Amino acid sequence: MLSFLARRCVALVATLLGAALVIFVALEVLPGDPAAVTLGLNAAPEALAALRLEMGLDKPAPVRFLAWISGILTGDLGLSYTYRVPVAQLIGERMAVTLPLALAAIILATSIGVPLGLLAAANHNRPTDAAVMIFAQLGLAVPNFWFGLLLVLLFAIGLGWFPAGGFPGWQAGPAAAVKALLLPAFALALPQAAILARVTRSSMLDTLQEDFVRTARAKGLAEPVTVVRHALRNALIPVVTIMGLQFSVLIAGAIIIENVFALPGLGRLVFQSITQHDLIVVKDLVMLFAGLAILVNFAVELVYGLIDPRLREAS
Amino acid sequence: MTTRRDLLAGAGAAALAAQLPLVALAQAKDSVIIAMTLEPPTLDPTSGAAQAIREVTLQNIFEGLVKMDRTGKIVPCLAESWEIAPDNVTYSFKLRRGATFHDGTPFSSEQVRFSFERAVAPESTNAQRQLFTPITEITTPDPGTVVIRLKQPTATFLYGLAWGDAVIVAPASAANNKTNPIGTGPFKFVRWNRGDRLEFERFDGYWGEKPTLAKATFRFIADPQAQVAALRAGDVHAQTNLSAPEAVPQLKADPKLKVSFGKTEGEVILAINNAKAPFNDLRVRQAIAHVLDRKTIALGVYGFDVDLIGSHFSPLHPAYIDLTATYPVDIPKAKALLAAAGFPNGFSCTLKLPPPTYARRSGEIIAALLAQIGINASIEPLEFPQWLERVFRGKDFDLSVIAHTEPLDINIYARDDYYFQYKNPEFKALMAKIDVTLDEGQRNEMYRQAQRILARDAVNGFLFILPKITVTAAGLDGMWTDWPLPITPLAEVRWR
Repeated sequence: MLSFLARRCVALVATLLGAALVIFVALEVLPGDPAAVTLGLNAAPEALAALRLEMGLDKPAPVRFLAWISGILTGDLGLSYTYRVPVAQLIGERMAVTLPLALAAIILATSIGVPLGLLAAANHNRPTDAAVMIFAQLGLAVPNFWFGLLLVLLFAIGLGWFPAGGFPGWQAGPAAAVKALLLPAFALALPQAAILARVTRSSMLDTLQEDFVRTARAKGLAEPVTVVRHALRNALIPVVTIMGLQFSVLIAGAIIIENVFALPGLGRLVFQSITQHDLIVVKDLVMLFAGLAILVNFAVELVYGLIDPRLREAS
Repeated sequence: MTTRRDLLAGAGAAALAAQLPLVALAQAKDSVIIAMTLEPPTLDPTSGAAQAIREVTLQNIFEGLVKMDRTGKIVPCLAESWEIAPDNVTYSFKLRRGATFHDGTPFSSEQVRFSFERAVAPESTNAQRQLFTPITEITTPDPGTVVIRLKQPTATFLYGLAWGDAVIVAPASAANNKTNPIGTGPFKFVRWNRGDRLEFERFDGYWGEKPTLAKATFRFIADPQAQVAALRAGDVHAQTNLSAPEAVPQLKADPKLKVSFGKTEGEVILAINNAKAPFNDLRVRQAIAHVLDRKTIALGVYGFDVDLIGSHFSPLHPAYIDLTATYPVDIPKAKALLAAAGFPNGFSCTLKLPPPTYARRSGEIIAALLAQIGINASIEPLEFPQWLERVFRGKDFDLSVIAHTEPLDINIYARDDYYFQYKNPEFKALMAKIDVTLDEGQRNEMYRQAQRILARDAVNGFLFILPKITVTAAGLDGMWTDWPLPITPLAEVRWR
């Protein structure tokens, strides 16, 4: 087990370094001078030179790459070109919106998707099943930004129950903050719920065909007990795997949803910094997302290794 | 939709209003939430060109010696009055007494000297540093007087002092103005939730008339649909310049909102590379001018009429003349001109477009118009940094569409190395003369002459003025509806 862990760790560090290099090079070859973007069409050359010096753009690329990596390791992510504040602070502020948003979306998606999937499987080939499948098809087909606009139209403009967008900040009280996050969380959760409903249904249907379920039924267990106690636990394994994989989809969805709802989250920050050519923020954020995805994969692999001894030996 | 409950509520409010003294009502509504499209990257207008910085801070947090009023006139601000000596290079400013910075620092001539010297210092990142380079000497005979001496008479000097780049800052707070701005204006900075909102409150120690608003919030909503939703839901009380022209009819139909169309200093042009063949041939540029149907282009972009221009000048300036008839739409004539220039069957070129909607949309229409005379312009969409690098700095382009938003910037046509590469000694001499002519009447006459030269030479395709679409709640007054300077002063904003 220890050598398995060691090998996995080496692979993890190599993947992270590789990702960092790809990100750095990709942004390096992008045309455009961040200083020129900041100072605009009328800037004097002296002012541009002064700003480039201040931004540290005068040093050669390898030096800047090493400085960036060592900065990440020490928690210093640099200074945003446009906002002129530490990137770590920017990311921290935005996390306070995106994390609760993503969490709420996962909770909503799970509490809608899983029960619906179970309901459909329990009523296989009956109208309830068909209705759930139509919902899942629609949920997948409807783009979440459009669904978000519909929610705004109905609940913000029509009924006036929720704000149409924006985030008052947690200092305005948890009630106001939750109110601001509810509609976007719903918009973000819909496609996830649809996917989870489908996966839960098919996984449950597969499990209900298994021998141990037949045995449970044969020994005279009531159907609900069979389904919940024996089938559900086994059927949930692929569901949990899918939920883990949804992470990157949630991040991508957050970029769009945060724009539709004018929420100051990480997704909006990526979008803003790309359009404003704030490359240092883009670099740090892409690295953060890549790092999170790599770490999630790493954790999944470790769990597989724990579950299945064959994987430990084979690798 | 008005329901019975709304009506009852309205009736109740009206009954209450009839009983309550007016003062109480005014106090009930002394805050405002104003939405704008772009968020300022920092809050320091003296380092960085982003318009959004000026839009929120100028005349709210920060003030200059002079300021521009909503009609574009220069009026006294931190300078109560000024005198220009007969030598035309010595300006004596008598400063406002009793003005203080938000941190309590009293305002005096020392800070004026500090601010202007800081702007031209070698490490300065002031985006309009050229405003201050004519200065040779700043003296402060007493705390209430500043004397500025220039190298040569500079007619636009005072005008430039009204810009955000020339605001007065204090030595102790200047370095932190990017995140904690401290000025002398009627509002002071409270909080900035980056990415979402910026909060100001009334500065009670303000030297001038106190604003009626006690609190003002700017919210940043980039998505056009989200702007419309926030206005209709009543989340915000105003949008300084709506990004969704297609939503105008919908907003106009809403009785809770008021939509007004105003002018700006943003000339939208079809930029032409004057140094590159075949565009160095006047006849080719004239041919292009003859096919540019401005009305169609503007209508295609906005869906309503905007101000069309025939030269590089905004109708907001008193010297403006309408030159849109210089080269009227005339396809046969355009074809003849092109044939005379040696291109009877037209030619192919590129049209590089930056991201703003006005540029992308007008670019597509222009390409279609040019095709009528055989000019095959292939569209290349660029991101803004790329546009700056390749078109603006590299001059690697044939045609492009861009708005020049700096006020009174016709002098860019006298710059040697500017991206559209227009070189006309006559025009340069005229601009040099304007610079040293202090008489406004004479200067305006010269501005008119300059407009005619540019129109005649068809330097660029002069299209239209960027409109300002101001949307406000029906009861909100005092927002600027024209933009002689793209700013949103809050001091005169009030609820009816």
